[in-house]
Amino acid sequence: MQTRISIQREAFNLDAEVEALGRASGNIGAIATFVGFVRGEDGLDSLTLEHYPAMTEREIARCVAEAQQRWPLLGATVIHRVGKLIAGERIVLVAVAASHRKAAFEVCEFLMDYLKTRAPFWKQEQRGGRTQWVQHRHSDDDAAKRWQH
Amino acid sequence: MTVLYFAWVRQKIGRGEEQIALPKTVRTVGELAQHLRALGGGYADAFADMARLRAAVNQDHVGFDAPVTADDEVAFFPPVTGG
Repeated sequence: MQTRISIQREAFNLDAEVEALGRASGNIGAIATFVGFVRGEDGLDSLTLEHYPAMTEREIARCVAEAQQRWPLLGATVIHRVGKLIAGERIVLVAVAASHRKAAFEVCEFLMDYLKTRAPFWKQEQRGGRTQWVQHRHSDDDAAKRWQH
Repeated sequence: MTVLYFAWVRQKIGRGEEQIALPKTVRTVGELAQHLRALGGGYADAFADMARLRAAVNQDHVGFDAPVTADDEVAFFPPVTGG
């Protein structure tokens, strides 16, 4: 299976990523993508993302490996940006290739839920010169727990 | 032992990484956290409420009852907020 994981400061090109993933196998019938954006709510100017470099890729690879055991996957791409991101910028891409749409949709959601609760990233928000660490949401834990059965 | 701190844990302690000599009495992640809290100052602040902290040993998520040795890389951080 083709897996691409990248932690990067630069923006990503959705078309190019889907194009590359689409070449992973001749049996691909569906690619589901999720793109997360920096939400400019409550006057948010920017986010700064910190991560644990030695652990981040490994943890995401473990999430992808778990998905691979549970669904008939043909490929997966996970790109997560770090550093300073302005409101409206794209922050994360998950793209999943499978023969049929059901697995592609499900794995896309599974990977995002696992990423939210396991990948070692931390967001700090900047609003009008004030900075604040984002609090972990318990609803994210609940979302990830749905998959444990 | 290498100890890493991230996000507000790093800010309170004032550094992201340090080498510490592991006391013989420290056998678990939780005991290491207690040891660091006893150093006072920013450590006492960062480790004031253990329920707000998570840990990893050698880049694997672990509970505070996980064993630690002098060769390990231990990280302390708040619950993650990526995605």
